[in-house]
Order: sequence, then structure tokens, then C-alpha cells
Amino acid sequence: MARMKFICDAERCIECNGCVTACKAEHDVPWGVNRRRVVTMNDGVPGERSISVACMHCSDAPCMAVCPVDCFYRTDEGVVLHDKDVCIGCGYCSYACPFGAPQFPTNGTFGLRGKMDKCTFCAGGPEAHGSEAENEKYGRNRLAEGKLPSCAEMCSTKALLGGDGDVVADIFRNRVLVRGKGSEVWGWGTAYGKPTSGNTPAAQPGGAKS
Amino acid sequence: MTLRVVSLVVAALVTTLAACGERPQTATGPQKKLDSAVSDGANNAYLAPGWKTGDATSWEQQMRKRAQGQDEYSRIAGGS
Repeated sequence: MARMKFICDAERCIECNGCVTACKAEHDVPWGVNRRRVVTMNDGVPGERSISVACMHCSDAPCMAVCPVDCFYRTDEGVVLHDKDVCIGCGYCSYACPFGAPQFPTNGTFGLRGKMDKCTFCAGGPEAHGSEAENEKYGRNRLAEGKLPSCAEMCSTKALLGGDGDVVADIFRNRVLVRGKGSEVWGWGTAYGKPTSGNTPAAQPGGAKS
Repeated sequence: MTLRVVSLVVAALVTTLAACGERPQTATGPQKKLDSAVSDGANNAYLAPGWKTGDATSWEQQMRKRAQGQDEYSRIAGGS
């Protein structure tokens, strides 16, 4: 069974925000909500690095653990999704998430916090696949269309890889071997386990950077 | 005296039977819906060609093929 994961290659990310735009456009994400964003570390300093960050669909998702109404579920492919009809918009998940993935749209005149919105790995929600209701609440369901997440497929430098964990890890490992550097994978250890558990895609040395 | 006894009995009955009319207050919020398998396919016109809806193996192969498309080395002839 495929286990869906994201990898962002900091050596390749050029901070173009193509992934952000692709996500916004694909799912018609409302103003003020960013399911994906690009973060630059040591901005302006030689050797700065950028990474594309969104929900990593963690193996042991803290959002699922803290949700008081238990609106989260994990699909057979390891994608962490939630039911917006159950979500009460309390925000606990946003405190628990190490990646700042949960987003809350402002609703109404007084800026009330709406139901949580986050990256779905382009897998929609619990509504019927490809239905109008699913599209309206969660965006497009590309996985059910036989496609990978829009952000990864649109990435111009292929810094952002998405798909079956084994496949994307192999692609990344091969890259590291070819270029001989940049084996660190930001967020991989936090999302999918520490390097010692054998989940890291990184070649020697380096490893996952939590 | 009789009135006092009656009052006491009524008071005791009211206290004892007060809970009998109570309704259960267990909260039953909305339950999350069950999702179907992605390999069942989306009910729209945007399905990618090359796989069969409802066939999990076919869907997984499609995903692997699609993921491999992100590897430029595999696209370049003679590349490592």
C-alpha cells in the first residue's frame, strides 16, 4: 500500500512560490488562508535556504491527538484529512502542529474564526470523490483522479516531491548521491520518525533535520 | 400536627422523585463521515488516463508512474 509523503529539497527550492500559487488556484483557497507557503531560512545571508511547508501528513499526527471533537482521520494511503462538518474551529490543532499547517478562514463581518482548513494532499475530504460538495469544502481531489498533488507536480525545479514515500525517497537519495551534498530533509524526522527508525530517505551522512 | 406530617411527606416525595423526570443529557455531536477509497476514482471528467477506477493495484501503479515523473534523471537518456 502506498504511503503518501512530501519531501522538500532545500538545495533546489528557489523560493518561486509556484507551489503556493498552484495550491491556491487548484483548490480556490480563500483569501488569508495558505495551505502551503515557502519559508526562507537565513534570508539575505549567503547560503540561505528555502523550503516549501504544508501539512506533512505525519505518521503520528499531533493534530489528531488533540482534536476535542475527533474530526481527523487517516486514509489508507496515510493522508491525514478532516471532516469540516464535525470541526468546531477551536484551533487546538494549530497549537499542536509543528508545521503550522492548520489555517482558519475569517468568517462574517466580525472576523469570526471559521472551520479549519489545511493541505489535503489533494485528496479532498469525506464527501464523494470529485463531487461538488467535496470541491467546495476541501478543494479538488486529484488523488482520486489518478494524479499527484498540484504543488509537487507544478514545482519547476522539482524541489518539492510528493507521492509514495518509497518512490520520492529513492528520487531524493539518487539526487544526493549525484550531487554529493544536501542530504538534509527538513521536517522529515518530525513528520515521519527519526532517522534511526529507518524512515529517512537521506543518503550518508546528514539525515533528516527535524 | 397532621398538616406538618403531610408537608414533610410531600417534601420527601418531591426530593426523592425529583430526578425521575430528568432526561439524559449525553452530548451526541455530529459524527465524522467515512471516506471511500481513492482508487474508486473521482466522479468527474478529469481522470488521468492509464488506470482503471476501482482497481487499487492499478491506482497504485499509476501513482508510482506519476511519482517517477518527478525524477528528471529517469527522463534523461543515459542519466544516472
